[in-house]
Amino acid sequence: MKVKHKFLKGVLYMSLEGELDESKSLYTRSQMESAFDSYDMSKVVIDLSCLSFMDSTGIGVLIGRFKKLKERQITVVIANPSRSIDKILTLSGVYSLMPKVEY
Amino acid sequence: MKNEKTQVKKENFVKIQVQALSSNEAFCRNAVAAFCLSIDPTVDQLSDVKTAVSEAITNSVIHAYRGGGGLIEIDLVMRKRVLHIEIRDFGQGVVDMEEIRKPFFTTKPDEERSGMGFTIMESFMDELILSKTEGGGLTIKMVKDFDEEEK
Repeated sequence: MKVKHKFLKGVLYMSLEGELDESKSLYTRSQMESAFDSYDMSKVVIDLSCLSFMDSTGIGVLIGRFKKLKERQITVVIANPSRSIDKILTLSGVYSLMPKVEY
Repeated sequence: MKNEKTQVKKENFVKIQVQALSSNEAFCRNAVAAFCLSIDPTVDQLSDVKTAVSEAITNSVIHAYRGGGGLIEIDLVMRKRVLHIEIRDFGQGVVDMEEIRKPFFTTKPDEERSGMGFTIMESFMDELILSKTEGGGLTIKMVKDFDEEEK
């Protein structure tokens, strides 16, 4: 599991790569948090194109981060989920908090 | 009811015993996926099965054994192109079997838990049956028909 990020014109682009399950949730959470703490952005784009697996643990991680960013009035969007991750995000209503976008 | 000898003769099966650790989740879901390869599933079907297995194992690790480890047994049987999975733990068990199936229900509301585990198992598989493990704990039975149209 890797968390990569790039800051460009006020937007933080974050790419989650690998398999996100319970065993990787703490690591992923802290990697995301430390990137969020390093920049003053108005928007975060979470790119899932390189995330090959995610279960409902990932929903907890994403919603937890969303809540913290919302306190800072930062919007969050999700890009490029695989079909099965898309199914999980749809089922759990994540897109009502963090809309899906095309990038 | 078939006796065990008949089963050994006729059906393809695998039995796995594994320590309830989150670091074993990847092994469990990939082992189940590998078992399915012989019937030539689609990529989407495989990822559905992997997700459902991961949810079941996470439930045992986190809720049944509270992160303290314990025995998980996984029984896999392939009948033609229908996969039968049984995942048993011997942990603290479940009081209300209906309640845990509800979306967003979690035994750990303070943590970042989505409460979507059983909802995901139900929608990714063709059947989900919950029962008590003999002697305490939860048994999760799931069925996936590989000839069924995509849900």
